[in-house]
Amino acid sequence: MKILGLLIASAVAAFAAGEITFIQNADVYPISSAPIKGVSLLIQDGKILDMGTKLVAPKGAMVLDVKGLRVYPGMIDSATDLGLEEIESIRESIDTQEIGDFMPQLKALSAVNPDSEHFGVVRVNGITGAVTFPSMGGGRGGGGAQLISGQAALIHTDGWTWEEMEINRGVAMCLNFPSAAGRGRGGAGGMPADVQDMLGAPGAAGGNAQRAILDQIAKLNGFFDDARKYQKAKAAHLPDFHTDLKFEAMIPVLEGKMPLTISAPRASTIHDAIAWADKQNVKIVFLQPREITKAGPELKAKNIPIILGRTLALPENEDAEYDQAFTQPLEAYKAGVKFALGTFTTEFVRDLPYQAATAVAYGLPHDEAMKAITINPAEIWGAGDKLGSVEKGKYADLLITDGDPMDVRTQIRHLFIKGKEVTLSNKQIRLFERYSGRQ
Amino acid sequence: MKKTLLAVLVALVPLCAETIVIQNATVMTVGSKGTFKGSVVVKDGKIAELGEKVMVPAGATVIDAGGQYLIPGIIDCHSHIAGDGGINEGSVSVSSMVNIKDIINPDDIAIYRALAGGVTTANILHGSANSIGGQTLPLKMRWGKSAEELIFVGATPGIKFALGENPKRAGNPVGGRGAATPVAARYPATRMGVEDVIREAFNDAHTYKAEWDAYDAKVAHGEHPIAPRVDLKLQALKEVLENKRYVHVHCYRADEILMMIRAAEDSGFKVRVFQHVLEGYKVAKEIAAHGAGASTFSDWWAYKIEAIDAIPFNATLMMKKGIVVSLNSDDAELMRHLNTEAGKAIKYGGATETEALAMVTLNPAKQLGIDKTVGSIEVGKDADMVLYDSFPLSDFAKVEKVLIDGTVYFDRDKELVAQTAKEAEKKRLLEKEKAAQQKSTPARRPNQ
Repeated sequence: MKILGLLIASAVAAFAAGEITFIQNADVYPISSAPIKGVSLLIQDGKILDMGTKLVAPKGAMVLDVKGLRVYPGMIDSATDLGLEEIESIRESIDTQEIGDFMPQLKALSAVNPDSEHFGVVRVNGITGAVTFPSMGGGRGGGGAQLISGQAALIHTDGWTWEEMEINRGVAMCLNFPSAAGRGRGGAGGMPADVQDMLGAPGAAGGNAQRAILDQIAKLNGFFDDARKYQKAKAAHLPDFHTDLKFEAMIPVLEGKMPLTISAPRASTIHDAIAWADKQNVKIVFLQPREITKAGPELKAKNIPIILGRTLALPENEDAEYDQAFTQPLEAYKAGVKFALGTFTTEFVRDLPYQAATAVAYGLPHDEAMKAITINPAEIWGAGDKLGSVEKGKYADLLITDGDPMDVRTQIRHLFIKGKEVTLSNKQIRLFERYSGRQ
Repeated sequence: MKKTLLAVLVALVPLCAETIVIQNATVMTVGSKGTFKGSVVVKDGKIAELGEKVMVPAGATVIDAGGQYLIPGIIDCHSHIAGDGGINEGSVSVSSMVNIKDIINPDDIAIYRALAGGVTTANILHGSANSIGGQTLPLKMRWGKSAEELIFVGATPGIKFALGENPKRAGNPVGGRGAATPVAARYPATRMGVEDVIREAFNDAHTYKAEWDAYDAKVAHGEHPIAPRVDLKLQALKEVLENKRYVHVHCYRADEILMMIRAAEDSGFKVRVFQHVLEGYKVAKEIAAHGAGASTFSDWWAYKIEAIDAIPFNATLMMKKGIVVSLNSDDAELMRHLNTEAGKAIKYGGATETEALAMVTLNPAKQLGIDKTVGSIEVGKDADMVLYDSFPLSDFAKVEKVLIDGTVYFDRDKELVAQTAKEAEKKRLLEKEKAAQQKSTPARRPNQ
């Protein structure tokens, strides 16, 4: 615990504005290129100012010698409730899933509680960035889902306020695309897709379900039409124009600046959603798509990225292969589809690297797994120039470790978020220390 | 098509126990031989020999496990799979009369999935809706066998107790979590009530036991007294008092763990295993003094208020205070990678590789009182073993083969072949069903 004391001291020191940190003798794993040994990194104003093998520490810089240790970019979880959920079973501690079918004006960011204990917990395991969602698919416990639930935010996992944590407050608009298959969090099961396709044919029940989906899609189209009318009215400076917060929030989506995230579990829904997005001329990212092998060619052709759900999840249904979830990232890789990983929780965010490692066990190349939790999410979420690799000009979100971050035996020795060394402590470590001392 | 089906069936039926030699493996015995590179000989379902070099018996099947790791079969001390329907008889505060043994479903796919994750034995527990729940027992994951054949022969049966939120919830007069309408209140609704239910039940159990002891004494003296009435509820608790049935207590908070220890001591029985026991680290001293084991999660937390002080160091901290600690799943998914849950004990709190591995093998075996036959790779023990393609405590590893009683019950190579065949078979059945549906759609009569 000596290290901890030192870290607290250094973290305090790093608060001084403009201070320069010089990390030397590092084995850098930039992700964007091959590992390099004996590198120094110059960090100022939250960014990597320079890096190279021949840099000299500037006068007055805080020097950190990390000989024998590795430097990686901080990891990014592409689907979480971080900051919006504290205790899963306590409604009062949860701020996801607002009421209302079309709620694009809602922003996850301003409901992020920077003092949530979860941030401390995920930070010490190297998760420095996360996309936090206003909702990710089905209503809690399978309840009614919204069609548009609001804007997801890309955040750092450290900061005094949500403003300081922000990377992008409107990183995506969250849409639950109407579909017959059960929406929601990984592993829930439901009717096998192929059986559903079969039953999708005649029959009263199937007919009603199909009609309900078409009604929902009509409703969705209606909302988009209205949003477009609003966009035009605004641009035309019509005299009777009044600001509407819902439609206002839709403008970046209509302009193709903000992607829609679409939860679409089945290949047929993915196909329908792509056709719909084409017609609406909007950008999309799929959340937790399944049947990747089937949907792959189309996703690749349209260059649509996907966020895969937990690799540590049960198969969809009883007769699915036991390793179905383990092999999904490999399927996406083989199909040439750009993907990142998400844990779709708060509780398991800290296990993100281990979810990635599971994909490696089942065939995904090691480097691709690392990319899926660093550079790929950065690029998918439009922050490829800021995050996701150890490169000049990017945020100094860095892990300094004694090994591969995806290996459970590896310990993180230092952690930097936005150039600030973050104390490797949290509530759980404090409890551990306190009760270790009980005689 | 018939041929394919036959191939699938053949592939899925485990080979009969034969003499097997697993060669060139890194063997992590969790036993007296530690970790070594070499071979293990399996004969008649038992581990016959192990060492750097062994003689290959004539006619033995040789598995070359070069570069691979062999560990004892994983034992999950807390599981709810393989039940036929509900496992939570929550209508009464004390349901010690019901038994998981009566509802074993050998066809639950979760058994096969657990097996594919290296689990060879699982302690199947009753749910946690009541202070004193139903009777429980460990099963071996002998996929393809009958319900009776899954039972771990010779294991001491158990009983589930539960403290805290879960037994309280059923008693909550405004209904349980998520209940739209109030449900009838069932005592208890507080932690105070939970303690009372347990103490009252054992008060009754002592009276019951005294009646039977008096009867048994008379019989022993050659008398012919009238037997007392058998009470199935109290019978199970009598077995607890006689140390013939292990008590597994679902618990979270330190206060309720301590309450349980004192209530058990006052009532004259011992808690065998504290289950979940997320705040066990706070009262490790008391748990160790009582002599109970602790079976916990590696890093689950925050899913409810009583899980808010859970720490991933719980397992190692309790271990260092002298408690026999295991890591369990309580979940059909988590159950499939308990090896990496053990790996987290290295990360959080610095357990050694052997200490970590013991938390999912030898330690749960000790907790279930089956460590004489399973839990480590030692001569004479059941040949329950798992072969991984790389270091088994990391997520980079995957299960290649699983043996139970010397029989290969899971083989990834065969599974992959079967997957293709099963896919084809499924497609064929769907096509057939589709055709049948189309045929049965009544044709419209003309002019109608």
